[in-house]
Amino acid sequence: MRSNWLRWCAWAVVLFLHIPLALIVLYAFSAEDKSYVFPPPALTTQWFAVAWEREDVWAAIKLSFQVAACSTAVALVLGTLAAAALARASFFGRDVISLLLILPIALPGIITGIALRSGLHTLEIPFSFWTIVIGHATFCVVVVFNNAVARLRRLNPNLIEASMDLGADGFQTVRYIILPQMGSALLAGALLAFALSFDEVIVTTFTAGQQTTLPLWMLQELIRPRQRPVTNVVAVVIIALTFIPILVAYLLTRADEPGHR
Amino acid sequence: MLLWFGVIYLGSLFALLANAFFRLDDFTGQVVREVGFSNFVALLEPANLDSARRTIVMAIAVTLACTVLAFPLAYYMARHARGAQKAALYIAVMLPLWSSYLVRLYAWKLLLAKEGAISWLAQQLHAQWLLDLLLSTPAIGGPSLSFSTLGTFIVFVYMWLPFMVLPIMAAIERIPSSTLEASADLGARPAQTFRSVILPLALPGVAAGSIFTFSLTLGDFIIPQVIGDSTLYIGQIVYRQQGVAGNIPFAAAFSLVPIVVIGVYLWLAKRKGAFDAL
Repeated sequence: MRSNWLRWCAWAVVLFLHIPLALIVLYAFSAEDKSYVFPPPALTTQWFAVAWEREDVWAAIKLSFQVAACSTAVALVLGTLAAAALARASFFGRDVISLLLILPIALPGIITGIALRSGLHTLEIPFSFWTIVIGHATFCVVVVFNNAVARLRRLNPNLIEASMDLGADGFQTVRYIILPQMGSALLAGALLAFALSFDEVIVTTFTAGQQTTLPLWMLQELIRPRQRPVTNVVAVVIIALTFIPILVAYLLTRADEPGHR
Repeated sequence: MLLWFGVIYLGSLFALLANAFFRLDDFTGQVVREVGFSNFVALLEPANLDSARRTIVMAIAVTLACTVLAFPLAYYMARHARGAQKAALYIAVMLPLWSSYLVRLYAWKLLLAKEGAISWLAQQLHAQWLLDLLLSTPAIGGPSLSFSTLGTFIVFVYMWLPFMVLPIMAAIERIPSSTLEASADLGARPAQTFRSVILPLALPGVAAGSIFTFSLTLGDFIIPQVIGDSTLYIGQIVYRQQGVAGNIPFAAAFSLVPIVVIGVYLWLAKRKGAFDAL
């Protein structure tokens, strides 16, 4: 009896989480283009064709892809190294550094953003593509780091010792023993970092110059809706583009998750 | 490697803190690099205090609502769901967590609009009067849901809910079932077990989740801008001060409010063992 009640509650909360997303998909097909009237009077696919023709949408998507790719690459290198340093070794300041690593996600994005902005301002670095990448990399590092650390802790230390005993140098051990086992965790971290960077908006508003990434485009439409049908379609595209890496990342790291240990 | 964080992130953070003590020259619009407390005095102006208070109240309300909504789901996921169902639930919570913030916000703009789905539903259920009643309540109402504080609150809760579910689930999963059996064997009713065994042991999870809900609400400037009435939240003030007004020192001083609040909060949470549940 009690567990039934609980099940209804649980699924109700899940519905609450997902109905808005389903609604977005419905609206992308709505024939009404002046208001958000529900239910949509008629359904059509014409807005997909309209959105396809839009140069500004394509430019924004392209820029977001480039930013996400670059910041993921940076995060992958730095996050892995940080994880390697912190996973096993215990040294002075270790706790400080691990607290430091969660700061960019524990502090509100606006603070990271404004801090970076005034930092860049002080150093007189002009805002550009690369300042967006720097901003995104700060929190992408955290994601990669978390995934890498979870996997490193599960690695069997005997394998590393065996490799060293058999005469491999440190580099060989990393290349043949550690990296192959880390692969899927790193890929998952990279995918999540990519998804996160792809739709980051708060830090971006502070570190972008004239550039318009896809989320910035979306934000403009949210504040001053001009082309609702195109926005609806873009929203669906964003959902699709971010769901795929998230699902793949989940499948890759399922074993690292707390519930499956 | 750690120089990345050391130099760029911390350097920027300290530059920000230093800026809080400078002031903007009213005449030239330039930042004057003299140490002073004028920004902190300005913080105490009633309008600023008011929005700080409103933001903190909102953050607390959102945190409480998220806890109440997240608990049954987290408990069900941790204790009852098995196999495929559990995986499905896990993905169902994960997807909104990682997927686009703006798209989800946009969805709520659609839902809460005057002609949108919630009004439609209220009409179908002949509950229009209830909606009107809520909207005419002074502190939370407004012309329509998307222009009311109630709307802002709903969207905040929706946005940060997954951040609450996952840590609570992790905490409840860690309670050995033998503990619960022992409690039942010793004669505790389910409600008693829940109150004196499950709740205290799940508390670190709640604390960990509340770090996110709390700090995200304090810093957000986009949700209240898109959904809500015209009252300002801390994030919006910081954003406007540094953007439109170019007053970085004041923006920096104001952003110290969430930093301090969160700092105190993190310290309290650490004492409760929240970091182990992250």
